[in-house]
Amino acid sequence: MRKSLLLLTGSILTWFFLQVSSYSYSSDPKQFITEIVDQAKIVLNSNISKDEKAKKLSEIALKTVDIKGIGYYTLGSKRKELSPDELKKYEDIFQKYFLKSFTSRLTDYSDPKIDVLSAEVLNEKYTIVKTLLLATDKKPEVKIDWRIYTKDPNKPLIRDLIVEGLKLARTQKEEFSSILASNNNDINALFTKLEEFINQ
Amino acid sequence: MLLKHIKILTVIILVSQYLALPNSYADEKYTAGECFEGLSRATLKFNMGLDKALFKPIAKGYRALPVPIRLGTSNAVENLRSLLTLSNNVLQGDWQLAGNTAGRFAINSTVGILGFLDPASKMGFEKKSREDFGQTLAVWGSESGCYFILPVLGPTTARDAVGLIGNTFIDPVYQITHNTEVMNRSYSEHNYWYYRGTDGIDFRSKNIESIDSLEKNSIDFYASVKSLYLQNRMQKISNEDVSDKSQDDSDWEEIDNQ
Repeated sequence: MRKSLLLLTGSILTWFFLQVSSYSYSSDPKQFITEIVDQAKIVLNSNISKDEKAKKLSEIALKTVDIKGIGYYTLGSKRKELSPDELKKYEDIFQKYFLKSFTSRLTDYSDPKIDVLSAEVLNEKYTIVKTLLLATDKKPEVKIDWRIYTKDPNKPLIRDLIVEGLKLARTQKEEFSSILASNNNDINALFTKLEEFINQ
Repeated sequence: MLLKHIKILTVIILVSQYLALPNSYADEKYTAGECFEGLSRATLKFNMGLDKALFKPIAKGYRALPVPIRLGTSNAVENLRSLLTLSNNVLQGDWQLAGNTAGRFAINSTVGILGFLDPASKMGFEKKSREDFGQTLAVWGSESGCYFILPVLGPTTARDAVGLIGNTFIDPVYQITHNTEVMNRSYSEHNYWYYRGTDGIDFRSKNIESIDSLEKNSIDFYASVKSLYLQNRMQKISNEDVSDKSQDDSDWEEIDNQ
């Protein structure tokens, strides 16, 4: 009986993870975030290892986050000084760094309860979707706003998370800027820092 | 005694006016120059060491208390803290917020049993963010000045450091606990520090995972703390939801136009 239950659970999870890789998200920003939140919840609540959770969350992020755009924004004006080879190297390293940082933050949560509250169109390129991470015995509730890039209305992408009014992309940008400033604006110093983070 | 306090407050206001520019708080910047970055980085390391050795373990112990006790303590501390917010609401000329803060204090101190409960929220007096004298100086037009880290107290700016001193002169809780002759009752100064300490531990206990996560996922923790502190101050000063305001999108715009 127990073996059958395990097999059934395994089959359901396998089916779900196959769905993640081929899933087509809604073009409506609020529904888009609802779908992402629901998928992330299933991954975080599933009985798989932390590494496997990180892998599944990365798959979701690759389809729903504008990682390249965030990488360019984070690098700021330094981007214009890079050679094509350096820029390509930066894109590759940034994607690895972003996914590791993103999944590391999320896998610390288990059974998160998030209410998707509303969506507000800022302009034709941006919509803010407001959500609330509900309080637990240990943590207070947290307001999380998702900045959605809607230039292609059929394929919305996440560009920033604003947690209690604090913009994560801006914080990341200022971290990168600080590292460059303290290393004579040398992009290789930033590459080294990012690689250290990826490999730790 | 009162005259002495008035003199000191006058000096603080004059200093703040020296820092002041004609621009209003609407021009508050996300960034601030460094006062002495090397020392600040070392102070942050010291603070994090102190946190790991002392504050975090206490916060974890506090978190082990039953939820109703923690919630009641948090409410009571918040209720006392609202008196400093009220002083600043008045100094900022924000009468609507002052009315809300005063209403909350009156209801929660009485119906809410000395602030342990929060019936005011259910009666339409919404909980708003805290105000301090640093925010008031910003509303009056003071620029932030340079950024640095204080031992134990953490990140601040020149303006907010002046505000920390100013807080003590306009905080009714500080004044009552430090002037034992008030109302012929014996109030100990220690009570003020118990209240402030409890407030700090309550805050730390609510942010154990978030601070751990920030430390673990930062490639320059000092820069992350600075960015988050300045963003938080800007939001508190403007009393607005920043996600609704346009941020500096110039870099995004260039990416869009590629």
